[in-house]
Amino acid sequence: MLWSVAWRNIWRSKVRSLVIICALTIGIFAGVFTWALYEGMVIQRINSAIKTEASHIQLHHKKYLENPDVKYSMNLSTRISEQIDSMAGVKAATVRVIVNSMIASAETGSGVQVVGIDPDKESRVTNMYEKIIDGEYLEGVKRNPILIGKRMAEKLNVNVRSKVVLTMQQMDGEITRAQFKVAGIYKISNGMYEEMTVFVKKSDLINLIGLDRTGSHEIAVLLEDDRTYNDIRDKIAARYKDLDVKSWKELMPEVSLVEETMDISMYLILGIILFALLFGIINTMLMAVLERVKELGMLMAVGMNKIRVFTMIMLETLLLAFTGCIIGIILGYLLTLLLMKTGIDLSAWGDAYERLGYDTVIYPIPDILIAAKVSLMVFVTGLIAAIYPAIKALKLKPAEALRIDI
Amino acid sequence: MKVIDIKNLTKIYNDSEYKVNALNGIDLSFEEGEFAAVVGPSGSGKTTLLNIVGGLDKPSGGEVIIDHTNIGKLKSSRLIDFRLKNIGFVFQAYNLIPVLTARENVEFIMHLQGKPKAEREKRMKDLMSAVGLSDRIDSRPSKLSGGQQQRVAVARALASKPKFILADEPTANLDSKSTENLLDIMEKLNKEENTTFIFSTHDARVVKKARRVITIEDGKVVSDEIRK
Ligand SMILES: Nc1ncnc2c1ncn2[C@@H]1O[C@H](COP(=O)(O)OP(=O)(O)OP(=O)(O)O)[C@@H](O)[C@H]1O
Ligand SMILES: [Mg+2]
Repeated sequence: MLWSVAWRNIWRSKVRSLVIICALTIGIFAGVFTWALYEGMVIQRINSAIKTEASHIQLHHKKYLENPDVKYSMNLSTRISEQIDSMAGVKAATVRVIVNSMIASAETGSGVQVVGIDPDKESRVTNMYEKIIDGEYLEGVKRNPILIGKRMAEKLNVNVRSKVVLTMQQMDGEITRAQFKVAGIYKISNGMYEEMTVFVKKSDLINLIGLDRTGSHEIAVLLEDDRTYNDIRDKIAARYKDLDVKSWKELMPEVSLVEETMDISMYLILGIILFALLFGIINTMLMAVLERVKELGMLMAVGMNKIRVFTMIMLETLLLAFTGCIIGIILGYLLTLLLMKTGIDLSAWGDAYERLGYDTVIYPIPDILIAAKVSLMVFVTGLIAAIYPAIKALKLKPAEALRIDI
Repeated sequence: MKVIDIKNLTKIYNDSEYKVNALNGIDLSFEEGEFAAVVGPSGSGKTTLLNIVGGLDKPSGGEVIIDHTNIGKLKSSRLIDFRLKNIGFVFQAYNLIPVLTARENVEFIMHLQGKPKAEREKRMKDLMSAVGLSDRIDSRPSKLSGGQQQRVAVARALASKPKFILADEPTANLDSKSTENLLDIMEKLNKEENTTFIFSTHDARVVKKARRVITIEDGKVVSDEIRK
């Protein structure tokens, strides 16, 4: 009974209620969609970080991460990699030789990180081979093929089959240089990485710097399940005590920070939206109470107790808030579903996102949890908004309320 | 059987500037089944008296005893329940909940009392037919005339089977035909259900129907006349 009275009371002032419902709808729609978009952005970043760049777990020489010098290499790393590859929960593992170097084209030069990979094994761990936009993945060139990023290619003004020269330090400290031929150009969402990283064959790089054939600087491990990285990291660490074993979260704290602060940021944004709407709701409900003083007086006179009056005003407020909330969530969802496949192109906003490692095309994620979290916040907002008008209603004295002329 | 016993009732309104002695020692009692009018000039204290007897306002002195309870001593939360169980109200206006239909308005108090659906339904139908509005049970108040609305209000007041009904100028907004009609219905229900009716009025035609006429002036009973 109270529910139906409350619901009908909302529609006594159609325009007034519609205005606040529309405001709620727009605010919540914007919140839900932004949240879905943000979640998409973060998940894409994590996916790119794991699937293209770092993989789940990496092993290094204990001193390497502090000081990435070629001399801090791991011995027998190809064997270790094979052992890890056969561990339960591990999908694939591969070794990488990493050397900081100078790259130069006929026109200009730049600092660069040269990663020597075993193309077959690497393609089981990372999906870099899918990111080739021109040429091929270290193939199609007989001697010294090199894979460079699109941004790097633009900077050096080179194309597929152009020649570049790498200059680097050997294991013994001597400087050496070698000519490479661009086999392919890749493009990924992380612009900084693209500008800083080139790939060559591990064997070519080993020959160049004089590293042992079994040596490497990095072992990258891809897992079957995204969630098991801590367990398996501990297992690997227990087995190879003299190596440094880290998960992607430890290797890229900035990425895991974004993931962990995503919810807090969204609660904050929605909190601000709802805080503004709070005053609108209070105002609407206050008007609804003040124009019904006589009726509320009559209801109390004939025996409606304070709990029921309070509940009625509460219900009216919550129903008002939730009508806007539900429409807003549905609209936000529809837009999310609509853009889930096509994505939203943010490149018009400049390449700042890309430089920070984010895709310019974001695919929002329809997540039921978002709706649940938003609804909870609207519920709390509704409760807060209802308190003042409901208290106003309770303070009415029936004898006086009935005497007032309106 | 005595339904209401009023002893030396006083009410002083203490506003910041004015001090109004609205009731100055009223002694009255009402028997079950009475059909009584309270009359008197404007400002004489009729509304004040009915409000205190109905537990809507607190007395400054004296006692109002209903069913062995001095209602002036009840806490306001207990008072609401007391009103719900024992007293029916008909006001001059704003009697009905505008968003509810006539049927829902009549059932509302029975709802608050927690009466089962079948009982509510039957009582509502009986009363709506007693007030001659069987064909309008699904109309909202805004679709009813002032007289019809007051008849629904009477049905609503009776629905909870109260010990007595208080009506403060129930006909003040009605034309003479509706006034007569409403009084006839009240009289009929008073006889059929033996419900006590106490109403205030300025209207001579209403006074004529009453079987007891209590006149107050300046917060005192100046005459108390029982007819027929
Ligand atoms: N809340 C109040 N505060 C102060 N004085 C009040 C209040 N309510 C009523 N009074 C005063 O008490 C006196 C009695 O008022 P009451 O409303 O009971 O008269 P009444 O007989 O019902 O008048 P009417 O026929 O005009 O309705 C009046 O002088 C009135 O001004
Ligand atoms: Mg009056």
